[in-house]
Amino acid sequence: MSAEITAPPYRTIPIIPALKPGAMAEIRPFVAGEKIQEAIGFPGKLVTDWHDRAIARMGELLTQYRSLKVFLDACVHCGACSDKCHYFIGTQDPKNMPVARQDLMRSVYRRYFTLPGKLFPKLVGARDLTREVLDEWYTYFYQCSECRRCSVFCPYGIDTAEITMAAREILDSVGYGQKYSNEIIGKVHKIGNNLGLPGPALADTLEGLEEDVKDACGLDVRFPLDVKGAEVLLVTPSADFFAEPHIDSLIGYAKVFHAAGISWTLSSKASEAGNFGMFIGNYEQMRKIAMRVREAALELGARRIVVGECGHAWRVAYSFWNTLTGIGGGANDPFALQLQKQLDHRHKQPTHICELTWSLIERGAITLDKEANDKHIITFHDSCNVARGSRMGDIPGGQFEIPRNIIKASANHFFEMLDGTTHEKTFCCGGGGGLLTDDLLDLRIKGSLPRMEVLQKVVDNHGVNFMATICAICKAQFTKVLPVYGFDRRMVGGVHQLVSNAIRLGDKS
Amino acid sequence: MASIEVSGKSYETDEEGYLINLADWNTDVANFIAQQESLNMTDNHWEVVNFLREYYEEYQIAPAVRVLTKAIGKKFGPDKGNSQYLYELFPYGPGKQACKIAGLPKPTGCI
Repeated sequence: MSAEITAPPYRTIPIIPALKPGAMAEIRPFVAGEKIQEAIGFPGKLVTDWHDRAIARMGELLTQYRSLKVFLDACVHCGACSDKCHYFIGTQDPKNMPVARQDLMRSVYRRYFTLPGKLFPKLVGARDLTREVLDEWYTYFYQCSECRRCSVFCPYGIDTAEITMAAREILDSVGYGQKYSNEIIGKVHKIGNNLGLPGPALADTLEGLEEDVKDACGLDVRFPLDVKGAEVLLVTPSADFFAEPHIDSLIGYAKVFHAAGISWTLSSKASEAGNFGMFIGNYEQMRKIAMRVREAALELGARRIVVGECGHAWRVAYSFWNTLTGIGGGANDPFALQLQKQLDHRHKQPTHICELTWSLIERGAITLDKEANDKHIITFHDSCNVARGSRMGDIPGGQFEIPRNIIKASANHFFEMLDGTTHEKTFCCGGGGGLLTDDLLDLRIKGSLPRMEVLQKVVDNHGVNFMATICAICKAQFTKVLPVYGFDRRMVGGVHQLVSNAIRLGDKS
Repeated sequence: MASIEVSGKSYETDEEGYLINLADWNTDVANFIAQQESLNMTDNHWEVVNFLREYYEEYQIAPAVRVLTKAIGKKFGPDKGNSQYLYELFPYGPGKQACKIAGLPKPTGCI
């Protein structure tokens, strides 16, 4: 930890950087140990017949997901994606060009699953799956945050994140897993959340928050836990209970429910919105993790499910919960159908906390004093999974407009970062997709370069001193990397942190 | 498995130097880990480390940053009850670095 941590210099002209082949070849996260692997049903260590099993698993995935086969076949190496990746820009390692990263798998796919690759491998760039290739997969597929910025620029719409997910799934299936993600998934099953925060500690933390809010504003704003019959079940990343600045947004959600008079509860069983099953591309894990939310909703009798500020959780909730669990409709097993009956379909199921807050603002059900945020000059960082993997509200682009509308309703000073680095073209914070771990800190710092460059511009031009975001990973990542680039770590915060400052409680007149 | 050597005795750690066994912890080990982190343990550091261990014993997890700042503020004076103070003591982040010195497992997740 005492090793020198430095930020790469900003680029004078933000174009394709000079290549540094092999620059990141030695950077890879800790490999999961036996206990961690076996706890979630993967082989404890690299199996002896890894080659055959990896190819077999790849074959299964190609059948299961037609998309994967299309993505592996369709690329024409046009290069449109090459300079769109924050990790490539920050590390200059050519294997971090999205096309090159995909080719690590594509070359193996060609060798084993296409006729030309089987007959004339050298002519079509097909490679045997050797131990070196497998290690290369582990290295570079854990230098991708699955943010899908490159996909926005791909003329064929290749979803490179799906290729990364498939590679990680194949690696896990042969006993070559990542410690960070897989340890966390184990904790979700064992304790209920990514942090490993047991029920009594959660209850104690929430009690403390009630005291804090009472001290600050003299009102009894509740943080209910496991309350049966509450209208809303709020599912939020466990970082919201634990870390700063996350906790300030949790206070914001509680104040919104309080001011609007909506009964709500958290759940000790589903005390985590995050779903790392998606990061490792494992459908079963993703389903198992999502299922806790359904169980909690059924047990508590909630009529509405609301998701807190978490990027990938919202992607899973918005895009996959319907068929995974029946929340939103889709799954048709008895429990899914029971849940369908229980939920109040006048509301979107699930609802993002920003959708809820914005609808209350629009209806005049809550009132905000913008002046309360006058010390903040604000910009908004779109989080990749919200921006490119989901939507909010009823109109296209709602996921961009709604959080901005809330900020503008809560504060007087708002400035956008450079066009082409926000909305659907937003840059990843540099820590998403299972890479928010200390053993990848060097990568995380380099990967945040493009975001830091444009942040610097709004700081210089408009005096921006607050970057709002709606993702727990973004918040934690920026808290860590901002100081390395010379910014204050407290410059990042949640949208509901701003709401918390501005919302009028008690007497509404 | 990695390990550290303190006063002739070997202690198992994970890849990042967090103690594997909670019971292995003692002040010598704490001082040794702090030294590796380039920290000089003062009374202020010990106040935090000791509180972390007490809290962990009760709740099986390190306290949330806010719980920690509040408790330290209550116990040792309001000037110490803020995260800036804790960051000054533990520059790598009070959550992780102080836990490591206190012999507690590393908090995981989106933090």
